[in-house]
Amino acid sequence: METTSHLLSSVLMARFAAQGFLRLDAVVPDDLNAAAVEALERGIPGVPYGIPLNVAFPDGSFTRRLVDLPPVAGALRSLVGPDPAVDHLAVHVREPNEGSAQPLHGDAIIDTRRDAFDVQLMYYPHDVTPEMGGTLLVPGSHLRLTNESDTGRYQNLLGQVRLTCPAGTVLLLHHGIWHGGRRNDSARRRYMFKIRFNPTAPQVRLWDTRDLDDPAVVAELSTTFPWYEHATGRLEIYNRIALWRTLTGDDTFDIEHWATRVHNRPGRTA
Amino acid sequence: MKQRVLVLYLATSSLDDRVVGWASYDGTGRTNPTTGDGEQPPYATGTDALRDGWRLFQASQLIPPYPGHEYDTSFLKHEFFFEKVE
Repeated sequence: METTSHLLSSVLMARFAAQGFLRLDAVVPDDLNAAAVEALERGIPGVPYGIPLNVAFPDGSFTRRLVDLPPVAGALRSLVGPDPAVDHLAVHVREPNEGSAQPLHGDAIIDTRRDAFDVQLMYYPHDVTPEMGGTLLVPGSHLRLTNESDTGRYQNLLGQVRLTCPAGTVLLLHHGIWHGGRRNDSARRRYMFKIRFNPTAPQVRLWDTRDLDDPAVVAELSTTFPWYEHATGRLEIYNRIALWRTLTGDDTFDIEHWATRVHNRPGRTA
Repeated sequence: MKQRVLVLYLATSSLDDRVVGWASYDGTGRTNPTTGDGEQPPYATGTDALRDGWRLFQASQLIPPYPGHEYDTSFLKHEFFFEKVE
């Protein structure tokens, strides 16, 4: 597995910290996409919770080939380290003209970790067109503390991503991001294959940090999204500062003095 | 009489601020709105909905943050429920 040259840059890590996801368009070759569709139709065997990634999938299987693709392996190593565990996997199917969508949700249960995160890989082995009801993603929602489908009331948020993508696209999501399978209004079955990964080591400077001081890092971390309320959007930036401090081990990192200002208490130690 | 419900999420607690999120539920059965079915909000602001005949029947309260959780973010704060009855 060759990953070193495919580690994420600091700018891409900052994009993940701000948006809660990264997309790797058409990163999976056609032959593997074809093998994947056959495998997904047959069904993918489950794995025990927490099994190390390096032993989770047999050599030659489509899952092993998928996670060993250098761009995928490099991104995973950057996000969850060299020896992540596989939490679980699932094949998601949106049936043709099924008439309903999933409610907007975050996976699992409310997750209050601020110094660690899981990553979910979503893989689309075929083209996803607008009418096929591609995954709905809400950029920048991953740091909101909500429990599973309690967000189901929100049908549409300004700036949401209604995924369309070429075959072989992989998304890597922070565990907290709000998402859902949209209604498939096409005559074609839509597949998505998901693997959740748990880190097994501190998620500190696991990526290619040579561009850490690039101004584009702060620009990524300062991104706001159209659905943010004005005041709460500022808190999102504050929380990203905290996340970036954790990811870099740099307790002095700040954006426009926002964290420094509210922690400045001269003469006090606690 | 049947009720149509429109939920608007606004950028601040002011009803004339811009819409950042929306949902609708149709008691007449003529439409079936669902998650992720639109790109553009039905109105630019909450007051635009009023001017189009929607009646406001609930607005979210302004609740101070819980001590120790001042920086936490969670649900959208500025939620307004409207109805049309026909």
